[in-house]
Amino acid sequence: MSSDPLWTIFVNACLINNFVLAYFLGICPFLGVSAKLATATRMGGAVTFVMLISSTCAFGIHRLLTLLDAPFLTLISFIAVIASSVQLVEMFIKKVSPALFRALGIFLPLITTNCAILALALFQTNKGYGFGQCIVYALGGGAGFTLALVLMAGVREKLELAQMPDVVRGTALALVVAGILSVAFMGFAGLGS
Amino acid sequence: MATASQQGALPVGTDEFLKGLWRENPVFVQVLGMCPVLAVSNTARNALAMGLATTFVLVLSNAAISGVRRFVPKQVRIATFILIIASFVTVVEYLIQAISLDLHKALGAFISLIVVNCMILGRAEAFASKNRLAPSLLDGLGMGIGFTFALFCLGAVRELLGSGALFGVELAPAGFQDWVVMVLPSGGFFTLAAWLLLFNWLRRRRDANGGAA
Repeated sequence: MSSDPLWTIFVNACLINNFVLAYFLGICPFLGVSAKLATATRMGGAVTFVMLISSTCAFGIHRLLTLLDAPFLTLISFIAVIASSVQLVEMFIKKVSPALFRALGIFLPLITTNCAILALALFQTNKGYGFGQCIVYALGGGAGFTLALVLMAGVREKLELAQMPDVVRGTALALVVAGILSVAFMGFAGLGS
Repeated sequence: MATASQQGALPVGTDEFLKGLWRENPVFVQVLGMCPVLAVSNTARNALAMGLATTFVLVLSNAAISGVRRFVPKQVRIATFILIIASFVTVVEYLIQAISLDLHKALGAFISLIVVNCMILGRAEAFASKNRLAPSLLDGLGMGIGFTFALFCLGAVRELLGSGALFGVELAPAGFQDWVVMVLPSGGFFTLAAWLLLFNWLRRRRDANGGAA
C-alpha cells in the first residue's frame, strides 16, 4: 500500500506527470478532438467520467484477481470493464445530448482505445494505491487530460487564423504546439516530491 | 521503396503487404498509434523492440480476427476484437519478460498498452474483419513493419541527438553537447513533427510532379 498523501497524488497526475504531455497517453483524441474549445471541454469531461468508473472497477478487479491468484487475466478484464463503461457513457450522452453525441463522433467509441484510461488502471495497480487514492488519482488524471486538451484547443483555434505555408498545416503543426506545451509542463517538475 | 505503379507485375497479395510500408504507413500517413510511437522512441533499441512486439500482436490478432469474422455478431465485434488483442498482448508481455527483463523494465506499461494501440484495432476493423486469412496476415505484417520502421526512424534520431549514440554505441565526436530535450517528452513531439513535415513535403513534391498517387 502506498502512503502518498492525496493532494500529492492529484498534483502529480494532473500537472507533473500529466498523462498527455509527460507520458504520451491519449494522444489520438488529444490531436483529434482539440480543434474546437467546446468539444474539447466535453470530451475531457467524458474521459474523466470513464476514468473514474474504470478506476473504481479496476481496483475491485485487482483485489479479486489477487484473491484468485490469476494475474494474467488483469489486462483482459481491465479492458473489458473499460469497453463496457464507454458503451454506457455513449448511451447516456446519446440520450441526454444528441448534439454533443454528433460533435464527438467517432472519438466517443474510441475512448475505449484511449490509452490514458487503461494506463490509469495499470499504474494505480502498480503503485498499490488504496481505494481513496485511486479515486483521487483518476480525478487528477482526468483533470490533467482535460487541461491539456483545453489548452491545445485554445491555441489551435487561434492558429486557424494565422498565415502559414500549406505544408505545415494539420498534424505536424499540432505536434509542434504539443511539444511546446510539454516543455511548459516540465516547469512543474519538482512540485511536491 | 515501391510505389503503386510498380506493383502491376508483382504476385497477388504483394499490395496488401507493401501498402503498409509506405503508401499507407500507419504512423507517417495515417497518424495512428501515436502514444507508443512517442513514448518508447527515446532510444533506437526500445523503439525496435516495441515495433517488433506490436508487429507480433498485429499479425496474430489480424489472423485470429479474420478467422472468426463470420461468427461474431456486428454489435459486439469491437469488444470481441479487443479481447482477442488483449489475449495476444498478455502473451507478448510474458514473452518479453522471459526473454529480457531489462527490456521489460524499459518498456514498462507500454507493453500492456499495445492493447489500446488504435492502429491494431483500426486494422482489425478496417481490414481483417472483411478479408480472408492470407491477405489479413500480409496486411498485418506490412503494417507492422511500417510501424516498426517509423518507430525506428524516431528512435534513431532521438538517441543520436539526445545522447550522441545509436544502439548504445557512442558515435558523436568528442565535445558533442547532448540535446537533452530530445530524450525528454517534448523531444518526441518535435521529432515526430519534423518527420511528418518531411513526409508532407515529399508527398506534395511528388503530387506536383504528377507522380502516381
